[in-house]
Amino acid sequence: MTSAIIANIIRFIILVLLQVLLLNNINFLGYINPYLYVLFLVLYPFNTSQTLFLLVAFLLGITIDTFEDSGGINAAACVVVAFIRPAVLRFSFGVSYDYQTVKLANTPFGARLGYILILVFVHHFILFTLEMFDFSHIFLIAKKTLFSGIFSVILILISLTLFKPKRR
Amino acid sequence: MQQIFNFLIRNKNNILFLLLLGISLFLTIQSHSFHKSKFISSANFITGGVYNWSNNIQTYFHLEDYNKRLVEENKYLRSRLTNIQDTISAENFLDSLSYEGIYQIRTATVINNNYSKTNNYITLNRGKNSNIATEQGVITSQGIVGIIDQISPNYSRVISILNSNSRINAQLKKTNHFGSLVWDGKDPNIVQLIDVPRQAPVKKGDTIITGGRSLIFPQGIPIGNITDFKLDVSESYFTINIRLFNDMTNIGYVYIIENKDKAEIKALENSDD
Repeated sequence: MTSAIIANIIRFIILVLLQVLLLNNINFLGYINPYLYVLFLVLYPFNTSQTLFLLVAFLLGITIDTFEDSGGINAAACVVVAFIRPAVLRFSFGVSYDYQTVKLANTPFGARLGYILILVFVHHFILFTLEMFDFSHIFLIAKKTLFSGIFSVILILISLTLFKPKRR
Repeated sequence: MQQIFNFLIRNKNNILFLLLLGISLFLTIQSHSFHKSKFISSANFITGGVYNWSNNIQTYFHLEDYNKRLVEENKYLRSRLTNIQDTISAENFLDSLSYEGIYQIRTATVINNNYSKTNNYITLNRGKNSNIATEQGVITSQGIVGIIDQISPNYSRVISILNSNSRINAQLKKTNHFGSLVWDGKDPNIVQLIDVPRQAPVKKGDTIITGGRSLIFPQGIPIGNITDFKLDVSESYFTINIRLFNDMTNIGYVYIIENKDKAEIKALENSDD
């Protein structure tokens, strides 16, 4: 249990530093940035207290916001993702989630992709809506959500493949 | 009473969610109003320290570029200096001290720069300890960058001109018609000058400079040149697209301008109310 806590703390710090020092400066085609730090919310242990998860998600978002000077947009997006995650898990993995036995690495690829897609696109849509703060820019919001979302999903899948837990 | 507690415990996750969402929305709304975002800013000890550390590494890769820019600027300043010396010897006496002395210039290094969002900020490695204060202008040798908006002892945050909250007074170089410099959030090389009266002789390629109507920037700092323009909906003002001289995506060293007479001018302007 303690090793899981330490692993999560280390993952938190690494993902935040990677996000603010490297990924926020990519600006592919002028405005497309991946938000890899959502990976933390994707991988966070499934069978822990939802209250703690909400608080940790808020902390993650507000840390990124402090670095980016963006008010509270990342915090809002992260808290919403944390709030809907149990429902998304049940939707993607069905019965096995209810028995708390699901391991992300062992799930079928389709279900795993669906789970990641929903979380990433919800996160990005809220993030960019709050960043623009203006529904007259709905097309720009949709465009940014789509392109950055695809970029983030690809990076998350690559990271999951690279850092796959060893099979016994 | 028991029931209220039971209700709170049963719904504690929903209540916590609403509370956290409320806090983040509050911070978001606050950051959208000018000069209000006090709590969350990158000009604090931890974030400033991390950016400073990463900048120390990155600086080495840009040294050649910065050197080239400094040489260019030195060349320009040297040519100005020789001209001034000519004037002095010709007119025998010019009290350059009292004329030049209104503005105090300081240097700083950019340790974090954003340009892909709608509200961009820049973090500098100088703060209160170096006599930086809010509402001082920030420029480079090529053009303007923004205005200081938050300070901590060792770092300060700049509202970039690439920020939808930024409004800077600017004017045409040829005539004195002026307007406000804003950004529509699309291209980091193009900004907009709005509210320029229709009578102004606007032409493609003309230079835009800072106007003398703000206490933040001295008059005549170059900003960019006109790429295109059109009349706005009311048909009485121009909206002008300006290509910046400054590459906002590549700023290394900046100058911070302090107007030493600002307090005096402000006191004078407010004296009638």
